Amino acid sequence: MTALLEVEDVSKRFGGVTANNAISMAVAEGEIVGLIGPNGSGKTTLFNSIVGFHPVDGGSIRFQGEEISRLRVPEIARRGLLRTFQQTRVYRRMTCLQNMLISEPHEREGLAAMFARPQGAAAERGEELLEFVGLYAKRLLLAGDLSFGQQKLLEFAMALMNEPAMLLLDEPTAGINPTLINGLIERLKRANADLGITLLVIEHNMRVIMNLAQRIYCLAHGELLAEGRPEDIRNDRRVVDAYLGAH
Amino acid sequence: MSNLDLLIQAPVLSLQLLIDGILVGAVFALAAYGMALVWGVMNVINIAQGEFVMLGGYVALFVVQAGYHPALGVPAAAAVMFAVGWGLYRVVIYRVVDKDLFISLLATFGLSILLQQFANQVFGADVQTVDSGLGTRFLFGGMVTVAEIKLVAFAAAFLLGGCLVAFLRRSRLGQAIRATAQNARAARILGIDTDRVYAATFALNAAICGAAGALVIMTWIVHPYLGLVYTVRSFMIVVVAGLGNLAAVIVAALGLGAAENFAGFLLGAEYQAAFVFSLLVVILVFRNRRLGRQRKYLK
Amino acid sequence: MSPLARRLAPLLAIGAVALVAPMLLPAFKTQLSFLWIMVCFALTWDIIGGQMGYNSFGNVLFLGVGMYLCAVVQRDAELGYFPGLFVGMALGAILAVAVAAVLGSGILGLRGHYFAIGTLGLGIAAGEIASGWDYIGAGSGLVTPQYPGDVDTRKMLFYYSSFALAAATFLTLRHIYGGRFGLAINAIRDDEDKAEAMGLRTTRYKTMAWCVSAVFLGVAGGIVGNMIGFIDPRDVAFAGPTFGVWMVLMAILGGRGTLWGPVVGAVVFHVTQELFWTYLLGWQRVALGLLIVVVVLFFPLGILGWLRERRPELFGHRVDEADGGARP
Repeated sequence: MTALLEVEDVSKRFGGVTANNAISMAVAEGEIVGLIGPNGSGKTTLFNSIVGFHPVDGGSIRFQGEEISRLRVPEIARRGLLRTFQQTRVYRRMTCLQNMLISEPHEREGLAAMFARPQGAAAERGEELLEFVGLYAKRLLLAGDLSFGQQKLLEFAMALMNEPAMLLLDEPTAGINPTLINGLIERLKRANADLGITLLVIEHNMRVIMNLAQRIYCLAHGELLAEGRPEDIRNDRRVVDAYLGAH
Repeated sequence: MSNLDLLIQAPVLSLQLLIDGILVGAVFALAAYGMALVWGVMNVINIAQGEFVMLGGYVALFVVQAGYHPALGVPAAAAVMFAVGWGLYRVVIYRVVDKDLFISLLATFGLSILLQQFANQVFGADVQTVDSGLGTRFLFGGMVTVAEIKLVAFAAAFLLGGCLVAFLRRSRLGQAIRATAQNARAARILGIDTDRVYAATFALNAAICGAAGALVIMTWIVHPYLGLVYTVRSFMIVVVAGLGNLAAVIVAALGLGAAENFAGFLLGAEYQAAFVFSLLVVILVFRNRRLGRQRKYLK
Repeated sequence: MSPLARRLAPLLAIGAVALVAPMLLPAFKTQLSFLWIMVCFALTWDIIGGQMGYNSFGNVLFLGVGMYLCAVVQRDAELGYFPGLFVGMALGAILAVAVAAVLGSGILGLRGHYFAIGTLGLGIAAGEIASGWDYIGAGSGLVTPQYPGDVDTRKMLFYYSSFALAAATFLTLRHIYGGRFGLAINAIRDDEDKAEAMGLRTTRYKTMAWCVSAVFLGVAGGIVGNMIGFIDPRDVAFAGPTFGVWMVLMAILGGRGTLWGPVVGAVVFHVTQELFWTYLLGWQRVALGLLIVVVVLFFPLGILGWLRERRPELFGHRVDEADGGARP
């Protein structure tokens, strides 16, 4: 399979702190890859670098063969590389359905497209995706009135609405009721299998990531510590030590 | 011969403009430092900052009209404006401290309009000045003339600024203010009454502006609509210098004073105000653009 | 009544009243004209201030630009009164849009306080520059041409022009708020970084929003300049402390971020302002500042915003999912 995302020797420093030190990884099309590591290991920083949130201090990032490390966030997003946020960001004063409608892909935004009425097809698709995440009944509520877990699901649905080629998920199960986590894992797998979306997932919940990912990268202290299949990573001495034995 | 030619042909003229500009810039620095203080401690950008300066000028005017020596205008203005600042905090500003941008922005904007129009109604729209009774000095072998009052105001501005900085460093209240600026929650947990700190900070800022206003009316003029340009000047200086850097504030303020003077000479006095406001826009846009290259923006 | 008729009924009713108002209240023609101008001011502010969350203190820039260009066209183009007036208004609107488009990418890149104070500076700078520019009369300003007819017909002309402008503004906004544009600017208001992260071309939408404000304010400039008859750079054209502040206050008072809010706010403000003027005289401007503080501190939602909190059903919002149901 072709590598959809290639990260090569990427470094990022903040003042005197090196958050990412020459990290290299690759994600092939159609894969589900996990990114784990103790707090402060640089996972979210790496995400931010990939999606263009800040410039990198060194290295190269290629998406679909194109160098994107010099591009800005909206440009990268329009190329099909999206991310969800750890703190979950939705448009709080708009309804869930409106959140979905504005998440349509922004291919053409000429004068006519800017003022167009949302097409019936878009509303249908939005409702389908809301149903997919279990929020159909709440489609007319303001997004800000949803619970944290529901907002996470909405954010996920919005990302799907945007028809990305690849989705970077930052702790998608954090804050979700444990009984609902299985449902979320199912949905992530279905998004990957049915919609063909490649996933790169930051996770702290070991059960989730071992279940979900086909390959896992482990970061520690800003460096790439280990890489491999879930079984191998689970048993890797260095990974266990990095987490101080905690699961 | 155009004004620019004049400048090139007679460097003494440039020196004169530079010195005059730097002298008035010291007063800008005072107002800017006060704005930075309130901004840093309470996260409130005081759009009424210039109005505090303007009102200080009027206090000094009344002190002189009552028959007292102009020098008394400065402490009088500081004292009166301290009280005004404290009062405004207790009535309006305390409601705005932890609220969102829109509310704090519009509340101080409304205050600015209120004070400006109040001054216009009560004091009249006329331009006022105070004669300090001082003469002129000749520097550099008589080539450059400087009104003595400007030298005095310059020194006074630095003295006042110095006192403020010393107060913030040495006194208990000053330390409480600095602690609150760094981490309000921690300060509260450690027993600091952050509400009083905020009140004191706002009142101190008003006092500093008041003193600056007294200096302004003595070296130049005061009128009800003076406030806006001082607010814009203070904001510009803080944007350029950053919040924590006193030396940068001073340099930026003196630089602004000089730049304004040159602009006033080159473009004509009637365009000097236009220069200040246009410069604000230019500085903001270019600063933001530069941050934009690092994928950031002015916050 | 069919749903369409129910939606159009209030508009038609207001339209009908507006058309006959100058006949019913002949002594108030000028005040009524200004009422419609105020509606336009509030609506155009709300596009970027309420719907998009960018608090502009400099929208008056577009008013002044339109006003001056119209007056200059009327003075220099030698087209006769009516052609001069309408060509002037059209060109004024076009120039205002051009200014918005050119300045937009720079100034709309600023956020929060920086945008607010930056636009404040912009508006004042324009007034100061106009005060020094001899071609447009410098400090003395410009005088608009004399209307070729009697006073009463003149008032009627400007009344219907103002009403037409307000109606055009309202209907245009009503249309574009219902489309992708409305969703985009609301998204920018709620979380601009998120919108960027989702690929939204924020700069384009922001600039377009400002351009929409500019076009209507540009036309308004031509009308206001001719109604007042005299264009003073600081007090009429780029009048920050009056028009500039009123734009903000009216939208907030009525409820920013709603379609009817600015309209309600403009009506309430204009009517009370006429009363204030009679009783407070010079102190009305002090009262204005006080009013801003009071509204922002105690009534930031405004009339319609407050109503929307109390009775969300009136605005089509659901509070609970009772009617959500399962997807068919």
